[in-house]
Amino acid sequence: MDGNKDYHQITEDICRPVEANPSKLWWIGFLISVVLLIFGIVSVVMEVTYGVGQWNLNKTIGWGWDITNFVWWVGIGHAGTLISAILLLFRQGWRTGVNRAAEAMTIFAVICAGQFPIWHMGRVWDAFFVMPYPNTRGPLWVNFNSPLLWDVFAISTYFTVSLLFWYSGLIPDLATLRDRAKAKWRKLFYGIVSFGWTGSTKHWQRHEALSLVLAGLSTPLVLSVHTIVSFDFATSVIPGWHTTIFPPYFVAGAIFSGFAMVQTLLLVTRKVLALEDYITIEHIEVMNKVIILTGSIVGIAYLTELFIAWYSASPYENFAFMENRVNIMSPYGWSYFIMMFCNVAAPQIFWSKKMRRNLTVTFFMSILVNVGMWFERFVIIVTSIYRDYLPSSWSTYYSPSLWEVGFYVGTFGLFFTCYFLFSKFFPVIAIAEIKHILKRSGDNYKEKMSGIEAESTMQFADEQLHGHH
Amino acid sequence: MGVKKFIVGNFYDEEVLFPAVKKTRRAGYKIHDVFTPFPIHGLDKALGLRDTSLHTAGFIFGIAGTTTAVGFITWALTVDWQINFGGKPYFALPAWIPIAFELTVLFSAIGMVLTFCYLCQLAPFVKKDHFNPRSTDDTFVMAIECTSKTNEAEAISFLQSVGATDVQVMNKETGWWIGRYDKDTKTFEKKAAVAN
Repeated sequence: MDGNKDYHQITEDICRPVEANPSKLWWIGFLISVVLLIFGIVSVVMEVTYGVGQWNLNKTIGWGWDITNFVWWVGIGHAGTLISAILLLFRQGWRTGVNRAAEAMTIFAVICAGQFPIWHMGRVWDAFFVMPYPNTRGPLWVNFNSPLLWDVFAISTYFTVSLLFWYSGLIPDLATLRDRAKAKWRKLFYGIVSFGWTGSTKHWQRHEALSLVLAGLSTPLVLSVHTIVSFDFATSVIPGWHTTIFPPYFVAGAIFSGFAMVQTLLLVTRKVLALEDYITIEHIEVMNKVIILTGSIVGIAYLTELFIAWYSASPYENFAFMENRVNIMSPYGWSYFIMMFCNVAAPQIFWSKKMRRNLTVTFFMSILVNVGMWFERFVIIVTSIYRDYLPSSWSTYYSPSLWEVGFYVGTFGLFFTCYFLFSKFFPVIAIAEIKHILKRSGDNYKEKMSGIEAESTMQFADEQLHGHH
Repeated sequence: MGVKKFIVGNFYDEEVLFPAVKKTRRAGYKIHDVFTPFPIHGLDKALGLRDTSLHTAGFIFGIAGTTTAVGFITWALTVDWQINFGGKPYFALPAWIPIAFELTVLFSAIGMVLTFCYLCQLAPFVKKDHFNPRSTDDTFVMAIECTSKTNEAEAISFLQSVGATDVQVMNKETGWWIGRYDKDTKTFEKKAAVAN
C-alpha cells in the first residue's frame, strides 16, 4: 500500500468510486459490454431455435470453438480462487489489494464458462437431465462414472463455493457502505445486502474462522476443478488427449491465463477508479512473476507431450503431435505456433525486472497470454480430432459460423457487463482486510519502523521484553 | 433480548483499546461487545470469548456430503439400476472419488455459511440497533451493559479515564427484527409499548 493513510482515509478512497456518479468512461465501457451481450443473446437464440447445426461443427469435429471457450473461461476463473484462497493460506499479504476484484472475476468467468456446455446440449430445455433426480424414466440415473458428469458437479460446486466465499467477505464492506449512505435507495439497498452486519467481536471471530475454512476448502477445490476438466480429455482414448500429465498441465495453464486476465482487469480498474495506492506496482510485479512461472510450467508440459509422443512409439500419438501440431505446414500447424509463441516464448520477457514493472508491457502481455491460452485449448481440442482414424472422415476446413463467434463474443459482453456493475455498486477492494494490514504496510507506519530497524538486535530484544510493562 | 441500557465509549487506536478492555474487565464492568471495522486479532481473547466451533460444524457438514455422495451413488448404481459400463464393476469406487470430493466441499461450504449466518443473525432484511455508524469505518465502539448496581456517572468517568472519547449512555435493542435501513422501523417491543 502506498501513501499515508488512516482507517477513515481507506474507507473514503475505496467507497468514493461506488458513491460517485459513474464516469463517462464507465458508461462507454458498460454500453459496449451490453451491446456485445445482446449479440451473444441473439447468437444463442439462433442456436436454440435452429439447433446446433447453426455452428460449423460436424461428425469429426464435435467439439470446436464451444468447448474451447468453456475451458478457456473456466481456466481464467482459477486465478481468483488462487489469489483469495491459496495465497491466504500461504499468508501472502499482498493479495489483500487485489483479492476482491479477482474473486468477482472468478465468479463472472465461471458463469460465462457454464454457458457453453449448457447451450451445447442442443435441446437445452432438457438440460436438467444432468441432475440425479428421481424421474419417470425408471428412475434412470445419470452416469456417475463419467468425467462429463464429474464436470457438472465440479463446476457447479466451484461456482457455489466461490460465490459464498466472495459474498461472505463482502458483507462487512457492504455494511460500511450502508452506514455511510445518504441517499434513500442506498440505505435500502446496502441495508438489505449487508444482512444486518454490526462488526461485533464475536461475529468477526466467526467470520475469520469461516474465511479460513472456506479458503482451505477452495484450495483443493480449485485444483480439482481443472483436473476434472482435463479428465474430460485425458480419460478418452483420442491420441493427443490420452495423456496423464493433463491435470497438472491444465491447472498451471489455468492459473497462467487467470493471472493474465487479472492483470488486464486491474490495470484498467486501478486507473479508472484512481486506486493506484492500493493496487500498486508491487502487485503487478508479483503477478508477472506468477505469469512467468506458470507460463514456463506450461512450456515444459508442451515439450513433455512432444517427447512422450515420440518415446511412446505409438504411431497414432506421434502423428497427432508431429503431423497435426508441430508440422507448421499442416492445416492447423499455425495455431500450435501461435500457442507456443504467446505462452512460452513471449512471457520470458518478464525475467527482466524493468519489464515486470512496465504497465504498457504488462497490459500487452496479459492480452497476448490470453490469446495464447485460447489457442492452447483450440490446439488440444481441434488438432486432436480433425484427422479422424479414417482419412475419409478427415475434416480439415473447420471454421466457426457467425453464431459460434457471436456466442463467444457474447460471453465477453456478459463478463464485462457483470464486472462494470460490480465495480459500480460494490467496493472493488476489500476494505476491512486493507484496514487489517494497514499498520503493517502503510507508508506512515513503515517509516516509524526505521528507528527500530536501526537498533541492534540486543537492544530491540531488551525493549520488547521489558519496555511494555 | 429487548432494550437495555449501555455506557458506550469510542476508541480510535488498538493500542488504547487493548489496555482499556483489560482494565474495564478487571474493574468488574460487563462488556456487552466491542464493535470494530475490521477483525482485530486477540480482541476475542481479551474479551474472554471462547473459540468458535464453526470449524466443527464445517467438518460435520463435510462428512455428511461425503456420505451422501458415496451412499447415493452406491445405491443408484449397485442396487437400484445396475448398468454395465464397459465391463467395469458396478461398485466402481475410484470413479466416484471426484463427485464424493465435490459434494464434501459443497455441503461443508453451504453448511458453514448458513451456520455462520444463523449464529450471527445475518440475513437480508434483518435490521439491528447499531451503537455508532462509524464502527464500520474507523471507530472501535465499546458498550458496557448497565446492571442495577452500575453507577452511571462512575462508569462514564471510568471509561474516559481508560481513553474512551465521546462516552454516552444509550438505550439499545440487542436483538434483531425484520426492517429496512431507509426507514425508522420500530422493534417489536416498541410496538408493544405503543399498543398498551
